[in-house]
Amino acid sequence: MLKINEITKTFNVGTVNEKTALRNVSLSIEEGEFITVIGGNGSGKSTLLNCVAGVYSVDEGSIIIDNTDVTNVTEHKRAAVLGRVFQDPMLGTAANMGIEENLALALRRGQRRGLKWGISNKEREMYRNLLKPLGLGLEDRLSTKVGLLSGGQRQALTLLMSTLKKPKLLLLDEHTAALDPKTAATVLEISDRIVRENKLTTLMVTHNMRDAIEHGTRLIMMYEGEIVLDIRGEEKSKLSVEDLLAQFERVRGEKFTSDRALLS
Amino acid sequence: MLQVVAGAVSLGLLWAVMTIGVYITYRILDVADLTVEGSIVLGAAIAAKMISSGMNPVIGVALAFVGGMAAGLVTGLLHTKLKIPALLSGILTMIALYSVNLRVMGKANISLLRMETVYTFFTDLGLESVYAVMVVGFICVAALVCILYWFFGTEIGCSIRATGNNPQMVRAQGVNTDNTIIIGLIISNGLVAMSGALIAQSQGFADVQMGIGSIVIGLASVIIGEVLFGKNQFFLRLTSLVLGAITYRIIIAFVLKLGMPANDLKLFTAITVAIALSTPRIKASFNQYRKTKKEAKKVA
Repeated sequence: MLKINEITKTFNVGTVNEKTALRNVSLSIEEGEFITVIGGNGSGKSTLLNCVAGVYSVDEGSIIIDNTDVTNVTEHKRAAVLGRVFQDPMLGTAANMGIEENLALALRRGQRRGLKWGISNKEREMYRNLLKPLGLGLEDRLSTKVGLLSGGQRQALTLLMSTLKKPKLLLLDEHTAALDPKTAATVLEISDRIVRENKLTTLMVTHNMRDAIEHGTRLIMMYEGEIVLDIRGEEKSKLSVEDLLAQFERVRGEKFTSDRALLS
Repeated sequence: MLQVVAGAVSLGLLWAVMTIGVYITYRILDVADLTVEGSIVLGAAIAAKMISSGMNPVIGVALAFVGGMAAGLVTGLLHTKLKIPALLSGILTMIALYSVNLRVMGKANISLLRMETVYTFFTDLGLESVYAVMVVGFICVAALVCILYWFFGTEIGCSIRATGNNPQMVRAQGVNTDNTIIIGLIISNGLVAMSGALIAQSQGFADVQMGIGSIVIGLASVIIGEVLFGKNQFFLRLTSLVLGAITYRIIIAFVLKLGMPANDLKLFTAITVAIALSTPRIKASFNQYRKTKKEAKKVA
């Protein structure tokens, strides 16, 4: 489904701020997998997602989605097969436009946009039916400006938008990190349901270990631009936060000693 | 008195065309586009040149529109493809247009007195020239408001509106934001040039200097329209721009009537816009100041 072959990404090359965010990362995702990506700040997990989405171009390596090499395909063209939800609730929607207008924009993802009316009455009915199960009362406020909604509401709406036209791959970039715990739980629950119902292949970045363990079918841990842990299947379902912490300490220790070996 | 107001309304209708153009870049696309200072003259220059060489004035206005679109395209390409900041891209095109405009006209000023203009048809019917301008202006503005209301409701129009709001989201929805920005700039500058063509014909000349300060007039009209007649619905917002442009002209007419020297006009306009733009800020800090003072009293 998604094949990432040895991609490397370095920011600010040639300056004092040079930072290699991804080092030779390879990853292969099967259709229908729900992968949670965990890692600390600066571990490269968001960069990985942004490289897949085409926000950043990679320095080396290739990215293949569904047998098509998209390494040099621009962000807006890749969007045809990708659904994305961002960390910042403000980023996924257009604040000055109505709920229905935002949904209508999302419904046409990957299609040629012409001079047809931007939204039809038939769509409105569909939006109402899709918004109802969110349980946020948005179905009666179709023309409300999105800017008036709360962060959680906006994030739930963005989720719906990203899957309105079924994507080949859903990218969730710490999409609950900016929400309060209760809202975050609701949004995660909605994410789970949407992924399950549509059988979506999903890549979810999080820095919450519990979320990473409780959701998805496979877990990846990143550290300093590399994938250091890849757990799936039964092993994943038995995983506890303590296990994960222990694994993380072990990886960090190994890295640390190897660094020291290099220096001495 | 009535004559003053009638003059202001007719001029306001012509400037309303320009105001709508400024609104498209400033509010919808969220870029301050300075190209307009050049494209308004370009429109006037093209129309004046065509009319003085005997062409149909309506065709002159149409060509002015096309010329303005080309100017918008240049700014759009500079900004999106060459990644020059929007403000600077506009300034570059504006400066370049100064030379282009001189080339188009062949001299700094073309007089259109006693020539056939778009207003001649109505003056021939016996209308006073000020009312002829009003009729033509009204027809243009009404048509434009309807066309633009339709356009910004279409799929392309919606993605242009969203681009000014949140370009990242628009790209994530598979739209090339370079294209939407360019389309917006093209339409905007086409309208501004059209306005320039209409203004030149009503004042009876085109002058290479006539664009100076036009962006500020456009902004002033947009802001006045929003503050006085602002509504949430898009159709009403477009009409509020027209009313804003007319109100601006009426204000200016009265200020002049009250004895302000015409030379101070641009200073007056600039100060008005500066105040209008900073009002929300000043209001906020004033409220903050009052709040802290109240709390200080409570503590005391």
